[in-house]
Amino acid sequence: MVATLPRVADVWEWLDAVPDPEIPVISVVDLGIVRDVALEGETLVVTITPTYSGCPATSIIRLDIETALREHGVRDFRLEQRLSPAWTTDWLSQKGRRKLEDYGIAPPQPGGTPAHCPRCKSAHVKRISQFGSTPCKSQWQCEDCLEPFDHFKCI
Amino acid sequence: MSALFEFLLRQGDNALVLGHRVSEWCGHAPVLEEDIALANTALDLIGQTQMWLGLAGEVEGKGRSADDLAFLRDVWDFRNLLLVERPNGDFGHTMMRQFLFDAFNLVHLTELANSTDDRIAAIAEKAGKEAAYHLERSRNTVVALGDGTEESHARMQAALDALWPYVGEIFENDSVSDELAADGIAPEPASLRAAWDARVQEALAEATLRHPEGDFAHRGGKTGVMHTEHLGHLLTQMQWLQRAYPGATW
Ligand SMILES: [Zn+2]
Repeated sequence: MVATLPRVADVWEWLDAVPDPEIPVISVVDLGIVRDVALEGETLVVTITPTYSGCPATSIIRLDIETALREHGVRDFRLEQRLSPAWTTDWLSQKGRRKLEDYGIAPPQPGGTPAHCPRCKSAHVKRISQFGSTPCKSQWQCEDCLEPFDHFKCI
Repeated sequence: MSALFEFLLRQGDNALVLGHRVSEWCGHAPVLEEDIALANTALDLIGQTQMWLGLAGEVEGKGRSADDLAFLRDVWDFRNLLLVERPNGDFGHTMMRQFLFDAFNLVHLTELANSTDDRIAAIAEKAGKEAAYHLERSRNTVVALGDGTEESHARMQAALDALWPYVGEIFENDSVSDELAADGIAPEPASLRAAWDARVQEALAEATLRHPEGDFAHRGGKTGVMHTEHLGHLLTQMQWLQRAYPGATW
């Protein structure tokens, strides 16, 4: 039997359908942690980079990527981890940033202050804590609608 | 034991032991936000541990994983600074210890990002971002509590005075650091003191805290020669599962 090699563009599309386990509205591609997809001979090599070094989602993300590749019939693949250049919120896709805001999480802004409340869009916001429900978020509150919200930390 | 392996154990054990100490606050911090912040800080440190000890195991070449090194060594094998094995004390004491360590960690990692060893440079680049974030919080907390109420000020001064004798060890050179500095792998600890002093003095002044005098230094942590009794107690908690059920995985 002659196996057909996966097309790199298709693989990117498949991975763009793998949700982040903690923020399921965005994909692992939106998050910027899939750094490279390439064929080495007949082996598909997917390179990923961790967001925060202790992020417990990293191992789940690896598993979800493996599962997605298998579901698309890829048998010969390898996942590689790359630390440098270190992950930065600049790698979040525009689509990902939009989806975050729709979901109620303020997307990262240079300078570390969210542009506005993701619900009522007021710019009157204050930081409650540098840390939030996951390693990648901090806690803020809107001073107009008073709703607390998460901000995707800028790193 | 090679100098490189020894150095990587120092890096990994600092992150591991401090990460464990900070995790002891989980569910006990004075307010919910601080509880979450402490847990996240601990998580970052444990993540950094995996990178450092993972590389240590690779360099050693005996097939030991980061988990093996974390859970199957005894007190005398650990190479962390005495500072990080100190008990938590009150919240202010924990934050003062964190500040003193974060300031060192950031200054050190910034230099390590230029290491001639690419693997070390990559870990340092990653961990340095987290250390900068930790330092922002620990510094601001030290300032807020130092320049806070009479009670909080007194507690922060007491914490600083109690922890100061553990500062000297951080910056001591020895044969391990000499060898790595000669190869451009890691800076001499003594060379980091000025940058650390600048950061710490600036924050202590804003916190209205008195800079301790005297340079007496407890030592023996990073060489493994003499840890305090506290490390053994910490390991009984951290390692009990692997000790009770050797080889258990999930
Ligand atoms: Zn609002």
